[in-house]
Amino acid sequence: MSNPLASKALNLQHLLAISDLNRPNIEFLLDLGEKYLDLSVQKGPAIKILAGKTLINLFFENSTRTEKSFELAGRRLGADVISMAIARSSVAKGETLLDTAATLNAMNPDLLVIRHGASGAPALLAQKVSCPVINAGDGTHEHPTQALLDALTLRNRLGQLDGLRVAICGDILHSRVARSNVQLLNILGCEVRLVGPTTLLPADADRWGVEVFHDMQSGLKGCDVIMMLRLQLERMAGSFVPSKREYFHFYGLDRTKLDYAKPDALVMHPGPMNRGVEISSDIADDPDVSLITRQVETGVAMRMAILHGLADANPGGVS
Amino acid sequence: MSRLAILGARLVDPASGRDEIGDVLVENGKIAALGAGIFADGIPEGTENIEADGLVLAPGLIDMRVVTGEPGTEHKETLASAGRAAAAGGVTTMVVMPQTNPVIEDISLVDHIRRSGRENSPVNVLIAGALTKGLNAEEMTELGLMSDAGAVMFSNGDTPISDTRLMRRIMAYSSTFNALIAHRPMDPYLSQGSCAHESDYSSRLGLPAAPAVSERIIAERDIALAELTGGRTLLDLISSEETLPAIRRAKARDLEVAASVSINHLALNEMDIGDYRSFAKLDPPLRTENDRKALLNAIDDGTIDVIVSSHDPRPAGEKRRPFAEASAGAVGLEILLSAGLTLVADGQMDLMAFLAAVTCNPAALLGLEQGNLEEGAPADLILFDAGAPWLCDAEMLASKSKNTPFDGRHMQGKAVMTICNGKIVFERRTTAN
Repeated sequence: MSNPLASKALNLQHLLAISDLNRPNIEFLLDLGEKYLDLSVQKGPAIKILAGKTLINLFFENSTRTEKSFELAGRRLGADVISMAIARSSVAKGETLLDTAATLNAMNPDLLVIRHGASGAPALLAQKVSCPVINAGDGTHEHPTQALLDALTLRNRLGQLDGLRVAICGDILHSRVARSNVQLLNILGCEVRLVGPTTLLPADADRWGVEVFHDMQSGLKGCDVIMMLRLQLERMAGSFVPSKREYFHFYGLDRTKLDYAKPDALVMHPGPMNRGVEISSDIADDPDVSLITRQVETGVAMRMAILHGLADANPGGVS
Repeated sequence: MSRLAILGARLVDPASGRDEIGDVLVENGKIAALGAGIFADGIPEGTENIEADGLVLAPGLIDMRVVTGEPGTEHKETLASAGRAAAAGGVTTMVVMPQTNPVIEDISLVDHIRRSGRENSPVNVLIAGALTKGLNAEEMTELGLMSDAGAVMFSNGDTPISDTRLMRRIMAYSSTFNALIAHRPMDPYLSQGSCAHESDYSSRLGLPAAPAVSERIIAERDIALAELTGGRTLLDLISSEETLPAIRRAKARDLEVAASVSINHLALNEMDIGDYRSFAKLDPPLRTENDRKALLNAIDDGTIDVIVSSHDPRPAGEKRRPFAEASAGAVGLEILLSAGLTLVADGQMDLMAFLAAVTCNPAALLGLEQGNLEEGAPADLILFDAGAPWLCDAEMLASKSKNTPFDGRHMQGKAVMTICNGKIVFERRTTAN
């Protein structure tokens, strides 16, 4: 661990869910991510660890920031990166996920990054390919690289996560970011809270090792970090919440609600934001409280560390 | 400082179980003192004295289901005319339903009706906001904002919500605000096109009818959803014996489920629609005598929490039609107390149980400080003559609409004086008519 850039301490085939990770693996990845945060290391690494390797980005759902973040991370490590937006490709012609997997596997990629609208799709793919698979978001299941980059953002800013009180607010029910963050933050010793209307909280969420709140005032009390989640606007039509203005009134983060948290509380958002629905612009754009831009920046470094770690740990692919 | 002393009344308070002869002192809209011998040292200077002479003094009635025509159909009823009818009927707080035009579904309407109620009605006007937009049973309204604006409960009027998933979300969402959700248990498919209770009697009359299980099916569903979500639910307008075991089971399991019944369904049965009397056409329909007796028992044993007037003004033009085409509904603000007291006088219902169902029980469900006789409580009080016989004459009603199935009936018991927030808002000149 003394020199994580050279270490092979990672014992991991795929990154499909936070539950694939143990604390040493997480610390290893965060340490490596920390190294790549240094822009001189990031843009000119001593060894192009993925030189001659192929990274395939397989996006069944539209995404800008995650896809480009992985693409940039792969290129900076020297990989040949192919990004496939499947929404506009062969699946539209009726190919199943496993057909696609077999086709891709025949191209012998070294790393596969997948985003899919169905929970569990990356796990299914991982059974059928012979390279490490990284889940870049599956349905309402997990988004482990987002949780890792959030943790790295916090560690970089605050030094450590142990003992932090973190509130994750909004549409928990449909959020893969929340599911990954709850697990990762718990492993890292944070006190995690979920805040949202009953309709947007999963049944029995209180069994996730978190405290559940339905109002921001009590939920944000004493919090060091507030993670806001995106409210998909189609939730109105589903009667999860009645309207944008009612949602903002009760759950949108503005100055008044921010004041319920600790005085120096930090605000995060996985993006893309709905300004005026879950977060007010003056908070999103306030560099003293908002880590939102910092999260995007950290995303590239964290994903370089994940690609690096997985490629290094599985030099001959996976069986 | 305005002071009112009511002397020599029979104080009946179902909240505390008090039933004794005594006096009450009202100061600045509140009950300042009550009981026997509170004026042992004399009555304070400048107090208006009212000799009750053994009349019953009880908390003013809280009617949780009143339809008015304001806004939209003011020719049927306004808040002012409903308020006058309420005062004459001993009702000091009425909850107005959202089925107006436009529907009460946003904060501006809630605010408007609160203001109009304060300015135009002699009694307290509270608001039930709509559960779904335009009462369409498809999309949830801004329940949280309306709660903040002062809506005390939510209802979808007479339109049942058949979409179970929507009902689940409404109950779950409203539990965040601890809001009370009133819903008419009725299966809209099973009851479609019906105008009577399915029985031997209605089939002889040749009327399209729906079975009582239409109510039970949705009541069981709503109870299951209340258990799932933790939502507070009022099963609105229970009318059948079939439904009662489900409510008893829910209460035995301590679910947040309450039930209401209209005074019409306690006093009348399906025979009252004989000769196609459309003034007795109600929704839910009047059912059998067995149902009526079971509902009375359910008041006595607490299975049903609340009795409402289900005041629903309809102009004669809507009622004087062939039975199946006539509008359902009856006015009730001036009937509720008297019809209840008539049942008490007949020995069909216990006085304390009746008064609990129109005072402290609705107050508890709505979180009001009214509905009891305690020092410091708002002075919403009624004096009534429990035994006074009178003949109901629809034309004498204060409501703008006169549609009542009680027209021409002999009643026993009526309000003599109604006091709201310490002010006399109704006084009957003589108890005979």
